[in-house]
Amino acid sequence: MRRRRALWFWVFVGPFAAGLTLFTYVPLLWSVGLSFFDAHNTVTPTHFVGLDNYTAMLRDGAFVGSLKTFLLFTAFIVPVTYLLSLSLALMVNRVRWARAFFRSVFFLPAACSYVVAALVWKMSIFNGVRFGLANTVLGWFGGDPVAWLSTTDPPWYWLVIVSVRLWLQAGFYMILFLAGLQRIDPVLYEAAAVDGARPGWTVLRHITLPQLRATSVAVVLLLVINAFQAFDEFYNLLSDARGYPPYARPPLVYLYYTALGQGQNLGLGSAGAVILALIVAVVTVGQARWLKLGRTDPDG
Amino acid sequence: MDDALVRAGRALRLALLIALALLFLIPFYLLLRNGLSSEQDITSPEWTFFPGELKWGNVRELFDDPSVPFARSLLNSALIAIATTLGTLLLSSLAGYGLARIPYRHANKVFYGVLGTLLVPAAVTFVPSFVLVSSLGWISTLRGLIVPTLFSAFACFVFRQYFLGFPRELEDAAQVDGLGYWRTYWLVVVPNARPVFAAVGTIVFLGAWNSFLWPLVIGQDQSAWTVQVALSSFTTSQVIRLHELFVAAVVSILPLLLVFLCFQRWIVAGVERSGID
Repeated sequence: MRRRRALWFWVFVGPFAAGLTLFTYVPLLWSVGLSFFDAHNTVTPTHFVGLDNYTAMLRDGAFVGSLKTFLLFTAFIVPVTYLLSLSLALMVNRVRWARAFFRSVFFLPAACSYVVAALVWKMSIFNGVRFGLANTVLGWFGGDPVAWLSTTDPPWYWLVIVSVRLWLQAGFYMILFLAGLQRIDPVLYEAAAVDGARPGWTVLRHITLPQLRATSVAVVLLLVINAFQAFDEFYNLLSDARGYPPYARPPLVYLYYTALGQGQNLGLGSAGAVILALIVAVVTVGQARWLKLGRTDPDG
Repeated sequence: MDDALVRAGRALRLALLIALALLFLIPFYLLLRNGLSSEQDITSPEWTFFPGELKWGNVRELFDDPSVPFARSLLNSALIAIATTLGTLLLSSLAGYGLARIPYRHANKVFYGVLGTLLVPAAVTFVPSFVLVSSLGWISTLRGLIVPTLFSAFACFVFRQYFLGFPRELEDAAQVDGLGYWRTYWLVVVPNARPVFAAVGTIVFLGAWNSFLWPLVIGQDQSAWTVQVALSSFTTSQVIRLHELFVAAVVSILPLLLVFLCFQRWIVAGVERSGID
């Protein structure tokens, strides 16, 4: 009986587990292996170089700079998305008229790809010429046209990059907050009203926000993980026929050019990927521990 | 006095919501406006909110342009998104059910093995995965674009959580009737789990249609381009004419908007029960 159950377990789980092993664990191990070799343009290298790739990557100003870009990007995108999606959820939750309409409108961009969104941002809103939407609006207030994506001082490109992601993702996180708001027991609000708490800031601070803690933790975790994976909008907004500018290069964009660009340096790229994977894992586990994510109920 | 204040607050909130909603809709409007404008209207030195005349011919022009493999890339995207969705649903629902319901000594170890891969985001493994796929000779093939993406730890996790909370009575009755795990799953469990299939399926479909980095890396020949890669190559090379580019973008999001509007409720339900909070 026991053996038959084991057999059925593997009938159900086996195909998935085999695929996951082949397409996630094997590439990971392969990558670790490659990272110790001089692998230009080849996946079966013969020249062992030890930790050279790692030291080269860590000494490479552009790679370290890409990590700084990520930090800066995270510092922008996490708090801003958090605040916007929470505000949207609170407003949509309380509006009495056309609630489904508002929810849909804010969620709709989630169906758009970064490629399409970047196209609108780059070619229509922030295209840096006078007829662009942003510059037209600036013009109404007497401002001069700004070359949004190619100005590094002040770094206007951050506004473009952050607003794309904000537009695409705020609705998704709003849905998570809305789900959290639905789960708050109305009794809590009634009790607060009996105690004389005026609706508004006090209730928000002492009831709503504490009750949303679990959701907030999950949202912040997701925001940071997603920021680490930023590639699509950077690539599509900033690169053109001449290549990619030296500024605003997050880690994945840098790895893409290192491993698959002209040099095809797979050893170096693999070392970078391993370093990045380690950072992501450490940050994720650390953050989950710190925010006590593991203590929510296991069926949640 | 208090009543007036509350009403004023409500009106203010509604006004703010409407303003934000308009702001969120502007990019969609721009896509449509530019897609149906002539080149001159898009780049006119004076901003116009409405194009002079609507050019429905732009759609024809896009598909007739021999320098742009757009129809081919649409077909590729459709094949990839459908195959990825069906394959992911099959593989991860089976695995999720096995992990949730079939008692086995090492089930926990297997589950942690699955969870562990969530810590390493797929995007970070694109270099080694590229290496693997190229050594299999799958570069620029639909196989290479589909098969490696079929094993979603996220989908498996969602199915497992869902089946853990699934009422056992139905399956018990089926077992009493002499059905084994396999037939119980197909005849009893699947028909009663449609919401989670719809939710995960929609999320996977959107993700597959919109994904960019993997198709960019694997789909190197034009014949293996997806819609996203095709659009991106136009924006970075700047040879395509603007109105064609925008109409291409509109065509590329239409299928998704359709899926999205039909299944919106399921996505919301799926996101809510995805077990992340």
